[in-house]
Amino acid sequence: MALPDTASLPPTRTDFRDRTVGRLLRRPSALVGLILLAGILAMAGFADIAFPGDPLDMAGTPLLRPGDAAEFPLGTDMMGRDLASGIFHGARVSLLIGGVAALVSLVIGIGIGALSGYYGGRVDRALMRVTELFQTIPPFLFTLALVAILQPSIATITTAIGITSWSGLARLVRAEVLRLRNSELAQASIILGASDARIIFLHILPNTLAPVIVSASILVATAILTESSLSFLGLGDPNVVSWGGMVGAGRETIRTDPHVAAIPGVAIVIAVLALNLLGDGLNDVLNGKGERR
Amino acid sequence: MLTYLRRSAAQLVFVLLGIALINFFLLHLAPGDAAQVLAGESGAATPEYMEALRRQFGLDQPLYIQFLRYLGNLATFDLGYSFRQSLPVSELILQRLPATLLLMGTAIGFALVAGCSLGFLAARRAGKLTDTVISIVALLFYATPVFWVGIMLIVVFSVILDWLPVGGMTSVEANLSGLALVGDVALHLVLPAVTLGLFYLAIYARLMRAAMLEVYGQDFVRTARAKGVRPRRIAWRHVLRNALLPIVTTLGVQLGSILGGAVLVETVFSWPGLGRLAFSALFQRDLNLLLGILFCSSVVVVLVNIAVDLVYTLLDPRIELG
Repeated sequence: MALPDTASLPPTRTDFRDRTVGRLLRRPSALVGLILLAGILAMAGFADIAFPGDPLDMAGTPLLRPGDAAEFPLGTDMMGRDLASGIFHGARVSLLIGGVAALVSLVIGIGIGALSGYYGGRVDRALMRVTELFQTIPPFLFTLALVAILQPSIATITTAIGITSWSGLARLVRAEVLRLRNSELAQASIILGASDARIIFLHILPNTLAPVIVSASILVATAILTESSLSFLGLGDPNVVSWGGMVGAGRETIRTDPHVAAIPGVAIVIAVLALNLLGDGLNDVLNGKGERR
Repeated sequence: MLTYLRRSAAQLVFVLLGIALINFFLLHLAPGDAAQVLAGESGAATPEYMEALRRQFGLDQPLYIQFLRYLGNLATFDLGYSFRQSLPVSELILQRLPATLLLMGTAIGFALVAGCSLGFLAARRAGKLTDTVISIVALLFYATPVFWVGIMLIVVFSVILDWLPVGGMTSVEANLSGLALVGDVALHLVLPAVTLGLFYLAIYARLMRAAMLEVYGQDFVRTARAKGVRPRRIAWRHVLRNALLPIVTTLGVQLGSILGGAVLVETVFSWPGLGRLAFSALFQRDLNLLLGILFCSSVVVVLVNIAVDLVYTLLDPRIELG
């Protein structure tokens, strides 16, 4: 093997952070994604201030259109619930479930991928078999069955999405770990007598960060889509307002008032789009394609 | 080839065992057992009656015996009985499977043809306006929930324009047969198939564009250019064919997710397939049926993936199964 090329050495931490953020902000798609995401975070943060009171309570005349009444800028649904309030409070639920579910699958996926890639052999074969199994079972149907059996609540929905969506990440992490395990860095640590846990956590996992960050943003986006689909089908947490549930409720009035179903859907599209744009941008920047265009 | 078949058979058996185990686990996770559900239904729930029911279904046996019995049932394709629909689960599934396969097949076909064409166009005009527009459209479709697309298409094409039916598979009142029936089903199929296909169209367009740009950077393309092959011929003969392989792989991987999308689309459009069956099983708490559908759809995914491997060898003779 030739001498290591200094340009391809992993950057130090501060270096990594500064350059990544800077390059990310110069990419229009990533910038748009960040702005949209910031907007949704702000909606979630200010929901209680902007719209105090339960968004599931009747607030005004049913089926007002956007612009009909000044205090209901987005109108009301057939139960007289304020759509704008639902959108703000729904942002909270979507982000919470999306974020925590992604965290659950990150923990499972990284754990299985790291063990599998590091130890290889029998452990690897067994864990990859399990991963294959989870890739085979249609994820949405699996989530549906889990939530239906456990009874829908924020906790069960989050767990179910997390349990059913880690398989792709596990494969990705496994491949990265497999590559890094044979790197000079890891080999040197083994010779120095470092423990397996130390090598995995200190030397290997930090170097898989780039692809993991990219998948994390996609995982959150997918989790938000899955959650909205569940609550659209009526399997959402009945005690909180959710964008998917709002679309489901608006379905009853699409002949006369399509805006009730249309508006929450736009919110879902914006949230998912923001995360996908961010993921694309991160992918380009972290995988070194940042200067292509 | 023989080793390949043996290996995929082993994989199939393992996956089936795994799904059976998961299903069994889920059944026992549910609050209350079958005896309680049935007893609750009939209204009479004396302890003696419950005991008799439990004995009848073998629920008084230890768990591993119950699991072995469950496996035995699955092996003979006995997926249990749906007490709500008063039919064996396997019969219900077989009844509904064709409608779902028709919907999925049409949606995948549409997504493949339209997605690959858009990706092809975007790659040939990389960096130009066409590319930007296609990329933005693909990004939007990729972020749009399937059920919402369905509802919005209904609003536009059924409610406002009144061109296409709102839902269902046939016009019940018309009582058609022969060619007229085929046309009628086709008309009902348009909106659901487009709804389900748009998301995957976005994926294939993005994938195709990336794959083509990657192949464009390879040496053999440069050689082709250098010897003066026309750009159009390079794109069609050299780049397109090589870029198709990752698409086939993704198709196999995504089959399970397409099935999940079918549940949503069938619910929105009242399409009488597996997804709608799963939806009603969900709300009638018909666990036998729900888990039977989960089991069968996983089997379909495994089988199609084996088929995809075989298609691979046809597309690229360099690939050998083994």
